[in-house]
Parts: sequence; C-alpha cells; structure tokens
Amino acid sequence: MTRLVVIGAGMASGRVLEHLFDAAPGAFEVTLFNAEPRGNYNRIMLSPVLSGEKSYAEIVTHDDAWYAEHGVACRFGERVTGIDRSRKVVTSAGGEVAYDKLILATGSNPFIIPFPGHDLPGVVAYRDLEDTAAMIEAAGTPGASAVVIGGGLLGLEAAAGLRLRGMEVTVLHNTGHLMDRQLDETAGYLLKKDLENRGIRVITSANTKAIEGNGRVERVVLEDGTTLSSDIVVMAVGIRPATHLGQAAGLETGRAIKVDAQMRTSDPDIFAVGECVEFDGTLFGLVAPLYDQAKVLAKTLMGEDDAFRVKELSTKLKVTGCDLFSAGDFTAGEMREDIVYRDPARGIYKRLVIEDDRLVGAVMYGDTSDSTWFFGLIKDGTDIEEMRDTLIFGPAFQGGGGAAADPLAAVAALPPEAEICGCNGVCKGRIVEAIDGGAASLSDIRAVTKASASCGTCTGLVEQVLAVTMGDAYASPAAQPVCGCTDLTHEDVRRLIKSRELKSQPAVWQELGWTTPNGCHVCRPAINFYLLADWPLDYADDPQSRFVNERNHANIQKDGTYSVMPRMWGGITTPAELRALADAAEKYGVPTVKVTGGQRIDLLGVRKEDLPAIWYDLNQAGMVSGHAYTKGLRTVKTCVGSDWCRFGTQDSTGLGIKLEKVLWGSWTPHKVKLGVSGCPRNCAEATCKDVGIVCVESGYEIGVGGAAGMDVRETEPLAKVATEEEAIAIVTAFVQLYRESAKYLDRPYKWIGKVGLDWVRDQLADAEIRAGLIDRFEISQSVYRKDPWAEHAKPDTARRFHPLADLNVEAAE
Amino acid sequence: MNWIDIGAVDEIPVRGSRIVKTRDGCVAVFRTGPDEVFATSDRCPHKGGPLSEGIVHDRKVTCPLHNMVYSLETGKAQGADEGVIETYPVRVEAGRLLLDGSRFAARGAA
Ligand code: SRM
Ligand SMILES: Cc1cc2nc3c(=O)[nH]c(=O)nc-3n(C[C@H](O)[C@H](O)[C@H](O)COP(=O)(O)OP(=O)(O)OC[C@H]3O[C@@H](n4cnc5c(N)ncnc54)[C@H](O)[C@@H]3O)c2cc1C
Ligand code: SF4
Ligand code: FES
Repeated sequence: MTRLVVIGAGMASGRVLEHLFDAAPGAFEVTLFNAEPRGNYNRIMLSPVLSGEKSYAEIVTHDDAWYAEHGVACRFGERVTGIDRSRKVVTSAGGEVAYDKLILATGSNPFIIPFPGHDLPGVVAYRDLEDTAAMIEAAGTPGASAVVIGGGLLGLEAAAGLRLRGMEVTVLHNTGHLMDRQLDETAGYLLKKDLENRGIRVITSANTKAIEGNGRVERVVLEDGTTLSSDIVVMAVGIRPATHLGQAAGLETGRAIKVDAQMRTSDPDIFAVGECVEFDGTLFGLVAPLYDQAKVLAKTLMGEDDAFRVKELSTKLKVTGCDLFSAGDFTAGEMREDIVYRDPARGIYKRLVIEDDRLVGAVMYGDTSDSTWFFGLIKDGTDIEEMRDTLIFGPAFQGGGGAAADPLAAVAALPPEAEICGCNGVCKGRIVEAIDGGAASLSDIRAVTKASASCGTCTGLVEQVLAVTMGDAYASPAAQPVCGCTDLTHEDVRRLIKSRELKSQPAVWQELGWTTPNGCHVCRPAINFYLLADWPLDYADDPQSRFVNERNHANIQKDGTYSVMPRMWGGITTPAELRALADAAEKYGVPTVKVTGGQRIDLLGVRKEDLPAIWYDLNQAGMVSGHAYTKGLRTVKTCVGSDWCRFGTQDSTGLGIKLEKVLWGSWTPHKVKLGVSGCPRNCAEATCKDVGIVCVESGYEIGVGGAAGMDVRETEPLAKVATEEEAIAIVTAFVQLYRESAKYLDRPYKWIGKVGLDWVRDQLADAEIRAGLIDRFEISQSVYRKDPWAEHAKPDTARRFHPLADLNVEAAE
Repeated sequence: MNWIDIGAVDEIPVRGSRIVKTRDGCVAVFRTGPDEVFATSDRCPHKGGPLSEGIVHDRKVTCPLHNMVYSLETGKAQGADEGVIETYPVRVEAGRLLLDGSRFAARGAA
C-alpha cells in the first residue's frame, strides 16, 4: 500500500479522498493532518450555521465512521510544522510520519489588516468553526453590536447571519459599492438597499482608522471621526494562500504553491490542491475549481491521465432574499455593448455585456432564474446574434415562443451542457442521465451526481430539472403533504397517531381534519400501515385500504390473472415441495413456472377464482405465502455456507431460515429483503439487500440500507456480533425501528438517509431500547405471523374470490 | 326495469366490490356505505384494469393498474384524465342487492 500523507482536511482534500476511495479502495494508507481540531466539513455552509439555519452536525461531510471505514489515520488538531523532502517525512507536535506521496491542502489564511488594535480579543476573521462560534457567542448578548470590515461575499454573509441573530450590524466597505469585484454599481446599489431593508447599516468608501477597546474590542473608529461601538469585529477583507509549509520545504512558489495540470508541485512526490495552489498564474477562492482539481489529483495518484483546466466562474451570495448573480467580464469597453433591463418596482436589474455577438458577462439582481442559461452562453461562447432582441428575457422567449416567464419552460429550454451546479460542475445532461437511471428525488440526485450537495443555491434548479424531466411522477419534497386529503405530512400523521392515540381510520380522518370522507388510494394504505404498526392489538388490518396485490395475496398481472409464489425458506426446498408445485401447476393450468430472482418459484397466470384452491393445495404440502406482493418481508437469500461450501465460515443457510421464520408475515413501510452470505465472497449478494449479513470466522457482520432496484446501493455497516442469537436480535430490532419510524413507501435506505445511520446505530446499541423494539415486534407478530393463504382458503373468505352472480347462467336456466 | 336479485349486500365489504358476470362482460358492484351501492363496468377504458380490484374512496374508485380515478355516480374519470365507464342501476332492498337486468337482457335479445 502506498503511504499517502495529507496536510489539511478541507474541502479540496476531502474530495480527493472520496475519489480515491471510490476508485481504488485499499490502495492507499492515508494519514490526514488537520490544524483544526476536527475533520472535513462543508466550509461554505458556515454561513447557514452562523445564521442558525443549519447546525454544525448538518454540514459535516465526513464523520468518524467514514474515516474508520477507509482506514484513515486522523491527526486532527495537529499542525504539520515541517516537511523533510530528502527523508520523505513530515513533522508535527506528535513526531514524524513518513510518506510515499504527500498532498498539501492547507487552504488559505484570512488576511488581517494591521490596524491599530487588530489584535484585541473580539477581532475575528471568518474562516472556520471557531470564528463562527465566536460570532454566535457575541450575538448571544442582547443588544450587542457588530462591525464587519469588508463588503465582499464573506463579509456580507457574516453580516446577514449576525443580523438574523439579532445583532446591530454595520458593514464597512472601502470602495464605492459592495462586492465590487463581482458586481457593477447598480447591482451593488440594489444589494445595499436590500441589506439596509433588513436593518444592516452599510458604509461604503469607509476608511477604518483604528479598533479600540480596553482589553477587548469596544469600538471602531473611521478616518472621518465616525465611531461605531461594537462587541465584535469581523475582518473579512481577503485571503492569502497558506504557502508557508511548501515554501519552507523548498517547493517552487509564486503567489501560492505552483502546480502543473496534474497538480504536481516541483517535487514529483508532492502534490497540492485547493486554495493553496497557483496554476498558470491563477489563484482560487471558490470550491468549483477545487473540486475539479480534486478529481484530477485523484486520477494522477492512481496513475491515470487527466489535466486541470481553468474554467469560467460565477458568483452567488448565500443570503436568503438577496438574489444576485454575476459571471464573466462586465467592465464597459469600446467594442462592447450592454443590454440592460430594469424593473424598479420589483427591484430587478439585469445587464448583459456583448462583444462580437457573444455574451461575455452578465450581472443580475432580484431575478436570477435565467442565470444558468446565461452562464452557459458565456462559457460556450454561443453566437447570440439571432436572439439579441429577446436575449435579456431569457430562454423562455427564444425560439419564437414569446412564452410567459415560466421558470419550468426556461429550465426545459436549457441544453444538456448547461451547468446547473457550479460547485460540483454538474450539467443538466448529467442530472437527466441520473433521473433516467432511476434517481427520483433531490436526495437521489445529490447522492448520484453531488449536484446541490455543496452550497445548495442550485437546489431550486435541480428540482426544476426533476420536475421537467419526470413530469407528474416527480413529487416535490418541500413539506409534502400525504395527499390531497390533508395538509399534514407523513411525519406529522405518524406523530399524531401516536401522541393522540388514534386507533382507527375514522379517528384519523376526523381528528386530523381530512378533507375527504374516507381518504383516497394514496393515504389509505399509508394510514392503514401506520395504525397496524403502532397499535397491533387494537387495530385490525383493513383489506379495503390495501392495494389489490396485498388484498388478494398474489400479484396481479397485466391480463388480470395472478402470480402465486410460496416461501422457500432461505432458498431451500425439497423434492416433496417441488412435486407439490408441479402438481399445482398442472392442475390449475399455470402457463408459466419461473425461478425468480429471489431464490424461489413463481407460478404465473393463475385465475383469481382459482387462488383459494391453489393455496389450499400448497398449504397441504406445507408451503405458505411468499408475500412477493407485500410491503413486508420478502425473501431471505442465502448461500450454502459452512454446510457445504469449502469457504463457508458459518451456517448462513440456517441463519437465513431462522431470520425468515422470525420476520415473515410482518408488514413494513416498504418491502424488506435480506441476504445472508457464508463468507465475504458474498454469493447471496447480501451487501445489496435492505439487511445483509456477511459471515466471517469471528461472527456476523450486519449491514443495512442496501438496494438493487431503481437505486443500487451497498449496505452500510450496522453492527458486528459474535453469535446467531445476537444477529437475529439486532435484525429484528432494526426491522421494528424501521416499522415504527419510517414514512410509508420509504425503503430502509431512504429512511436511514433521513434519520441518519448514527441514530439507528445508537438506538440499537442501547440494550433497553433494543429489547423494547424486539418485544413490540413480537407482540405485532402474535397477530401477523400467520399464513394469509390459509386464512383466505377457508370457504367463507374463499367465496369472495368468485363472482357474486353469473347472469349468463341464470339467463340460461 | 327488470330488477334481478344478485345476492346479499353483506357479501360485499364496505369500500369493496364484487363482480357480476353478464353478457356485456363483468359488472362491478361497489359498496360505498352500509346501504349505498353502485354498479359500473368492471373494465377500465385505459388498459382494461379490473376496477372491482381498485381502492374505493368516497363515491369513487381508483383503478389498480395505473391509478385513474372514476366517479361511481357519473362514470366519469376524475381530474385531468379522460374516460367514461358504463354505470348501471342497482339498489338495496331488505338487505338484498337488486341490479337492473333489462339493459343486459335487451342487448342479449337484440
Ligand atoms: C418475480 C420477480 C422477477 C423474477 O421473475 O425473478 C419480481 C417481480 C416483480 N417485481 Fe421485483 N421481482 C423480483 C425480484 C426483484 C429483485 C431481486 C432480488 O430481490 O434479489 C429486485 C432488486 C432488489 C431490490 O429490491 O432492491 C427487484 C426490484 C423491484 C423493484 C424496485 C424496488 C426499489 O426499491 O427500487 C420493484 C418496484 C417496487 O417494489 O416498487 C419491483 C416490483 C416487482 C413487481 C411486484 C412489479 C409489480 O408491481 O407488479 C413484479 C411482480 C411480478 C409478479 O407478479 O410476480 N421489483 N425485484 C422477482 C421476485 C423475487 C421473489 O422471489 O420474491
Ligand atoms: C464562510 C465561508 C463561506 C464560503 N462560501 C463559499 C461559497 O458559497 N461558494 C464557494 O465556492 N466558496 C465559498 N467559500 C470558499 C471555500 O470555502 C474555500 O474555497 C474552500 O474551503 C477551500 O478549500 P481548501 O481545501 O483549499 O481549504 P480549506 O477548506 O480551508 O481547508 C484547509 C485546511 O487545512 C488546514 N491546515 C492548514 N495548514 C495546516 C497545517 N500546516 N497542518 C495541518 N492542517 C493545516 C486548515 O486548518 C484547514 O482545515 C466560503 C468560505 C468561507 C470561509
Ligand atoms: S424488472 Fe421487475 S418490475 Fe420490471 S418487468 Fe421485470 S419483473 Fe416487472
Ligand atoms: S388500466 Fe386503469 S388506469 Fe390503466
């Protein structure tokens, strides 16, 4: 294994490691140093943390479990102080660590202008969690005030956050308008007005003279004598690449550490990535190019070819309600022509800069819905001569449509190459591809493409791409009510059913204010499940609230016939069972007998009237329903394990059968499939099941959250136990936890995505909680661990599978 | 009218349905309340889904194959969908279900 040492756990290096572990798991033995006492988090989301819109936990990108899983030696809180290139070691307070390959990812240091008083306590930069925490603490004092020096992106996000926390905030900016590097004067003016409307004082052309205070910041004094009292001063005036370490080691540096297009420094075994690099004379301060660099560096480390290129960048501000966008070059010039659109009443300003029939720059304020399209035109150098007259109105107006400004039409008009997520460089085509591949929600798109997973400003766009591509099939996620019968969400309904002890469907309809007399096909199956899961002894399952398959205990086929599939416990069968299946197939004229993907046999094409009789026959041979039709336990796939296989470590078949016998008959929010493999060769494909157990010499590795349907997912480790009994206990408790807290029709992986695997682990690790879950599961199973076929084959119920009357026969009589 | 006794109303679960075979094909008889019944063609005009197997809500049924929703009173598809199913007179008298057979008989005779 190659020893890879990484200095700096920031946004760039985090991405490099992700790519490396994805593409070459196990190839690198990584030691990760970070001066901050923590691992990788999404630095750009510090602003929502500051404003209180997110918690720190929500912006952590890699947690302890992730590092552990990939064997990363974490040296957090340890600053690297030296690199000895001849001996290939790095030095920190903890001693020396040797490397084969070294990555410098030290980011930048905030620049502090040495005004008198700049070193007083209470003067902070805005770079890391400590700075953010200091600001939050200062905002905790009622009536406290803050001065932010610097009216660029960072300063304004800090100001907006502090204001949201209730502070009196003043922004000091040294030039004539805010964000002067990104905006023109008009947009800067509109931004200032918007900020002032939220109670932030903005002083432009301000010259700070000194920061004063007795042992701590008390006020800021300007050259013109203005004095601003302040409990905290945030200095956000720029950043300097952190090059010291590289420079001291003798690496070639300019304004930052110089790298080639493969991210290699002047030493072939040392690489650099992120804000600490200089490439082709360019420095970097936004994540989009860093992610590109990360991708290239990972390839370089794996010996593959790739080259980093500098791309056009765009800017947005993460302050809710201040919609601005800028890209390209919009300085006026002789060869240049401006197209400007203003709507003073609505505070909208758009300016396009054209040169040689190409769009070279764009600034927008107040309405940025078309920004992606304009950005695409700039990057692609599209010839815009034909659409010049209507260009400013955006894509919806192109192609002679004259359509109303419909945001969906605008998104529909975007070409596949249009970039949607700037941070991760994801274009529309890639998102559409993911949707075609089965991604159906924002979280799916994030998981598959990373779009909208960083700063999040493109979330709306991604949702629009989903809506445009999927049409009605897309259910937009924002606090989605269960259905048209109610405004409540699934989560609300689940909570209220428990807290208000609602134990019948009419109780739910009445107490929760359903707008329909008795629900609809969307809510009734969900409510029925919630009620039976929460009140197994008080509530009786309602067949009339079930989808046809679950009501008829067989899968309806396209011609109205059914398929019948008995259980083959753990995939094991006997000659007698096979004979019974063969007999039944012949007796009922079953046209197709198929071996399923779930290790059992399907009889397809059975007429509804014959269902009770075929069930009866199969029951006689000792077989019960396979529940291939349920949101419930489906199959437990197993391999031959230690019974026969020369590699088998445990009795995987036996454990699979035991698990199936414990879990069968239980209803769950969505279907649940298990797999048990006898060794890590994993012949039962356990690692893509909702619950997968891989047996090893020392016991059982239990993973959860796998799937292999519309999404293909590998399980994530839940627990490792030594005995079968413990494995069964953990799995049972897991299934019950899922039954009690998931939204109807969320497969386990979706549910885990919402509640977090850590929460699930914590619940199951607590012996008392675990025992409670198992008890409640058993109570429920006292009702439901029964063969529905046997129940329905009884003459009284069986009648219901026949027509009520046959008028043809009566007419003939 | 030619009321034919097709069975006891209790043979159909509330918010459920059973079928009656006729020369016109299957008729689905729905029970929306203890004594409230409707009869329609069992065949969804979309792709032939068996409406008697759908979920019954209010005075409507949702086709089990692709979720089109029909009014049992008018036979019309609800919402943006288009389509109409045949409806037939049916009533409950002293716990018995009576279906008007004249429509089938008339056509059968023609
Ligand atoms: C019969 C079978 C195909 C076969 O001939 O092998 C099958 C047939 C159907 N599958 Fe499947 N699936 C079958 C194994 C699978 C597998 C493989 C497996 O289990 O190892 C998968 C991928 C694994 C997984 O689930 O993650 C699979 C993923 C799906 C999905 C996608 C689920 C998802 O979460 O993305 C659906 C759709 C759904 O459930 O909503 C589905 C739905 C269906 C339905 C129920 C479609 C429907 O609604 O009518 C099909 C019923 C046909 C019938 O009447 O029998 N089937 N289906 C397999 C039955 C296995 C069994 O013994 O019970
Ligand atoms: C509040 C805020 C908001 C932002 N918003 C956006 C935005 O909306 N969009 C955007 O594109 N960009 C934004 N940025 C910029 C973006 O966060 C940076 O471009 C990015 O984090 C740089 O990544 P990096 O990996 O190069 O450095 P960093 O993420 O800074 O990581 C460097 C790490 O290296 C560590 N380190 C340094 N020296 C040593 C050493 N000697 N030993 C050990 N560890 C060391 C540091 O402690 C640090 O944790 C924002 C930045 C901030 C601070
Ligand atoms: S993949 Fe599954 S759902 Fe699709 S056609 Fe085959 S059996 Fe049906
Ligand atoms: S067959 Fe009824 S909706 Fe398609």
